Amino acid sequence: MTIELIVVLLVAPLVGFLLNGLLGKWLKGSEQLSGWIGSLAVLVSFVCSIIAFASLHGGAAPLDETLYEWITGESFAFNIGFRVDALTSVMLLVITGVGFLIHVYSIGYMHGDEGYTRYFAYLNLFVFAMLILVLGNNYLMMFVGWEGVGLCSYLLIGFWYEKQTATDAGKKAFVVNRIGDFGFLLGMFTLFAAFGTLDFASIFEAAEADNFQKIFGASTLAIATLLLFVGAIGKSAQIPLYVWLPDAMEGPTPVSALIHAATMVTAGVYMIARSAVLYNIAHTGEVVAWIGVLTAFFAATIALTQNDIKRILAYSTVSQLGYMFLGVGVGAYASGIFHLVTHAFFKGLMFLTAGSVMHAMANELDMRKMGGLKAKMPVTHWTFLVGALAIAGFPFLSGFWSKDEILHSAWGSSPIIYVIGLVTAFLTAFYMFRLIFVTFYGESRVEPGVDSHLHESPPIMWVPLALLAIPSALIGLFLGWGGHDSWFHHFTKNVFPEAHHDASGNMILFMVISSVVGLAGIAFAWSRYRERTPSDEPTSALHTLLANKYYVDEVYNALIVQPIKNGSHYLLWRIVDNGIIDGIVNSIGAIIRFIGGTLRRLQTGLVQAYIVSMVLGIVLFLAYYLFFT
Amino acid sequence: MSLEYYLVLSALLFTIGVIGVLIRRNAIIIFMCIELMLNAANLAFVAISRSLGEATGQVFVFFVMTVAAAEVAIGLAIIVSVFKHRQTVNVDEVNSLKG
Repeated sequence: MTIELIVVLLVAPLVGFLLNGLLGKWLKGSEQLSGWIGSLAVLVSFVCSIIAFASLHGGAAPLDETLYEWITGESFAFNIGFRVDALTSVMLLVITGVGFLIHVYSIGYMHGDEGYTRYFAYLNLFVFAMLILVLGNNYLMMFVGWEGVGLCSYLLIGFWYEKQTATDAGKKAFVVNRIGDFGFLLGMFTLFAAFGTLDFASIFEAAEADNFQKIFGASTLAIATLLLFVGAIGKSAQIPLYVWLPDAMEGPTPVSALIHAATMVTAGVYMIARSAVLYNIAHTGEVVAWIGVLTAFFAATIALTQNDIKRILAYSTVSQLGYMFLGVGVGAYASGIFHLVTHAFFKGLMFLTAGSVMHAMANELDMRKMGGLKAKMPVTHWTFLVGALAIAGFPFLSGFWSKDEILHSAWGSSPIIYVIGLVTAFLTAFYMFRLIFVTFYGESRVEPGVDSHLHESPPIMWVPLALLAIPSALIGLFLGWGGHDSWFHHFTKNVFPEAHHDASGNMILFMVISSVVGLAGIAFAWSRYRERTPSDEPTSALHTLLANKYYVDEVYNALIVQPIKNGSHYLLWRIVDNGIIDGIVNSIGAIIRFIGGTLRRLQTGLVQAYIVSMVLGIVLFLAYYLFFT
Repeated sequence: MSLEYYLVLSALLFTIGVIGVLIRRNAIIIFMCIELMLNAANLAFVAISRSLGEATGQVFVFFVMTVAAAEVAIGLAIIVSVFKHRQTVNVDEVNSLKG
């Protein structure tokens, strides 16, 4: 593995972006070409990622090299540099692998869209930014990628910009992310103030050295890691900043799959795993774990009562991200990243199948208007079932392994967290199979007009589904067999520091418990929704509360958005801007107009009046000269 | 004859010129009054030059005459073109620069 390989890996999507972005007008004639350019660009990156992975797997040393100096000053230097170790290579495989399949799927899904080339340009730009995020060997590069993916997320959520709800959702995502990004920035400043550099290697080395602890103490690191975690909360949609992710479903469905399920939203988990050394020293993991497990539970309860397929998946994503934070929070970094990988596959898969359903149903998302789709869309049904079984923790499918590892580590940290996590696992299985039973089984409730052209999606769409379904089912088995002793843990063991605690308890027992809980959730969903559809009206107070998502949006609106809006409108606009600033500018103008208005009367236009004043002036001068000197 | 007579004559001529410029409305007349003032100054120059026995004043007069000639050429041209546009040379009616 050389740095040239990494440069090719990184630049390929950028080239795709430039081709589609700049030549889009000429490519418009043939959509397919534009789509394949975008897909091939990511395929090149994928091949490079495999090469990098293979060389690491073959025992090559991790790469940590500077490409060139970006900013240099007297006391600081920021470099464009890459760090490719086991963690990065896993992320690269997920981003480019899942990303490639989603690009291919998009060729079919976006067929006939006005902004076809624009779509692929954005998607390539996103992959480029995401690669910067995971490849950088310092926090500044990570931040550049971090902001880049945020921008692409904004652009793609608001992709159908004629739709008011889409542009609103894009803005919401951007603004909420800014809050998190501000925390990330402050965290970077804190690290820079303490260490004088932002390079991962130097920071981790210095933080582990004894003298650092003496000079700064652990509190500096605690502040820095918590601030960085605020960034992760924003980007990875955790409590209290998760509100943007469900709304982000306004974007095209493949975008939801790629950005808002598989890759971008996991950036926060990656960041914490990358900073594992710091979190271990600062002992701030507990905060991360609690936020994670509470988000997991909270989002899962909201998902129970939603009827919009994509929103269920969105809340499910928030919930699963909570699991990942739980994992990295309790020090099980490898398990958290493992769950990130499996989740990328099965959640990406489920979003794409949801897209396939939408494609057939003329963009219908309300599952009460579906039902019995199994017969009409067999591939979609089976692939979705695989994804749902995987997320529900069905024995030996991928989610089973990764979730179980996290729960097992959580037990070692705190039994309360474990119990909440377990309840969430039950809820997850329940809401996923509620979705399945209502959508694919039972009587068809499809509206007559839509019914006639209900069809399986074209091969360009279902082949990626099938290709994603295989790893969704099996990857856990291959990577996770053996729990904490698995291949994945061996591969990543040099990246992460040792966990604080010893995982205790019988692994097999934990596996049995989680399986039973998952199966119970499925069975419960079967008993309730096998033949029934969800009621249109909430049936109880709790149901109302959940169906309205705990009124969090309303509370935020009342407590934060409206006061800021009113403050901006009445104080900043009416008083400060209109009153004070405009007032100053306008009064200066008014004064000058007044002076001018007065003086202009001297300009009578009568030549002789001017001459009189001249003569009088001369006479006055002469008089003065004659009589006073 | 002593210098005073010449200077008094010069002052009288100059005053007539100033008054003419101030009270007449016809641009041509105003113009002529300006010439009168210039020549009043010339007279003073020449008289003082003679009285002091120096040539400087007389040299000045030549300059003034040159300037006056140039002024006449340009000034009359302006008056003619004003008349072409306005059909008048009354300075009270030529007041587009009124503020």
